[in-house]
Amino acid sequence: MKSPQFDYVRPGSLDQVLDLLAEHGDEAQVIAGGQSLVPTMNMRLAAPSVLVDVNHVPGLAGVELCGKWLRIGALTRHAEIACSPEVARHAPLLARAAPYIAHEAIRNRGTFGGSVATADPASEWPACCLTLGARIHLASRKGTRTIPAEDFFEGVYQTAIEPHELITHVEVPAAADGMLYGFDELARRKGDYAIVGLAVQARIGAKGPMKLLRRNDQRLSEVRLGFFGVAETPVLAQQAAAALEGRPLDAESIQAAQSALADDLQPLSDLYTSAEAKTHMTRVLLGRVLHALSGDHSA
Amino acid sequence: MSDINYELNLTVNGERGSFRVSPRLSLADFLREELHLTGTHVGCEQGACGACTVRYNGDQVRACLMYAVQAEGAEVETIEGITESGELAALQEAFHRNNALQCGFCTPGMLIAAADLLKHNPSPDRDQIRAGISGNYCRCTGYHSIVDAVAETCSGGTKEATQ
Ligand SMILES: Cc1cc2nc3c(=O)[nH]c(=O)nc-3n(C[C@H](O)[C@H](O)[C@H](O)COP(=O)(O)OP(=O)(O)OC[C@H]3O[C@@H](n4cnc5c(N)ncnc54)[C@H](O)[C@@H]3O)c2cc1C
Ligand code: FES
Ligand code: FES
Repeated sequence: MKSPQFDYVRPGSLDQVLDLLAEHGDEAQVIAGGQSLVPTMNMRLAAPSVLVDVNHVPGLAGVELCGKWLRIGALTRHAEIACSPEVARHAPLLARAAPYIAHEAIRNRGTFGGSVATADPASEWPACCLTLGARIHLASRKGTRTIPAEDFFEGVYQTAIEPHELITHVEVPAAADGMLYGFDELARRKGDYAIVGLAVQARIGAKGPMKLLRRNDQRLSEVRLGFFGVAETPVLAQQAAAALEGRPLDAESIQAAQSALADDLQPLSDLYTSAEAKTHMTRVLLGRVLHALSGDHSA
Repeated sequence: MSDINYELNLTVNGERGSFRVSPRLSLADFLREELHLTGTHVGCEQGACGACTVRYNGDQVRACLMYAVQAEGAEVETIEGITESGELAALQEAFHRNNALQCGFCTPGMLIAAADLLKHNPSPDRDQIRAGISGNYCRCTGYHSIVDAVAETCSGGTKEATQ
């Protein structure tokens, strides 16, 4: 089907965008990559009366290291993240996840901010944001605010964004020495939304000045296991993470984490996959990602 | 809301033009209906099938997921333009030899996706070829012959390169 009618505006500055959003409120929609919005408009599930095209707003795209944080502009395309040397170096989790998002033609248009704003429960970027402890930066005529990823994703396609607000950028903590990152997902076909997916962050070995003294210490800490496709939002598996804390990454601790998962996740069924199948898949996926990480690490 | 038409200046297959378009007109429909470039096909209009794939400022995109009005100042290349330049000749011949098309509905998008894959990775293995065309549906061939054609094109390419 074809989109309904709308008015189109192409602001040339952030100020103009914020004015337009303040003026039109929830009648207006921002269009970034259009890779989620245009399908929903074509299906007549959305009918904004004004489209605010942010593709020409300077300063909204690009990746930059700012102290201990990597700043990702909302308009940064998935494809840019996939091949950015800064991302590979300072946010390897994002570099690993990017190729799983849709297909090249969609990655060339779709944006980081658009994906975070859409908050699809099976989407990669929201889960990575939660796992890394990202901060989402919003701007409106009333000022700016920063929301931690933990508080940002509220439900299926539901976030803390108000109608007059724009995501300007997202910050993720820059990767530090001794941190491990893993990512994998199960999907029917390459590029499909995940049935279940998992993003992992953990520290291996001691931190800071203790590192030299405790060089042979190979225990895990700061473990974060961000599952997606299993609930209305991405979720951290707290019990499974606790089963890994303070232990080396080996067959035994991986098994313990897999057993603990049942307390963390009660996956929802979807149109294609039953809750039982998803429960099984989360265990398999956790095993795969952790085993791959233990291999990476000892290599 | 008024159905006013917006000015649009863009370059398609190397030719600049000025048009007036309704904002709701997709880039795919603009190319087909205003410019009669009907090699850009329209299947799902949801980004899923890949039949509408074109190049936008050098990168492959879905022409059904952009509004024409957004393409102000852009360079768009369609299957017609890319064919004329000769860039696709080897791929097209390999598709022909391998029966990599039946009805041909998917073929323009498939060729653009395959060319883009080969630009980034001149010697992909069969899995990489399958991943590269994973965003393009073919309802006729079962994909096998398409993978054969792409594989043949790049082995031809490497032979030339090593000569
Ligand atoms: C066939 C297909 C397969 C896909 N597969 C996947 C997949 O496997 N994984 C995945 O994660 N995604 C997938 N996607 C979605 C894709 O990643 C989108 O790019 C993404 O969800 C939305 O980003 P966008 O820039 O295109 O946003 P748009 O479509 O432009 O906008 C989406 C929504 O976000 C709002 N928005 C956009 N930018 C901002 C901002 N800066 N501030 C506030 N609100 C904003 C818009 O108003 C709109 O409501 C797929 C899409 C298609 C068509
Ligand atoms: S018509 Fe554009 S992807 Fe199907
Ligand atoms: S040849 Fe008919 S869809 Fe591919």
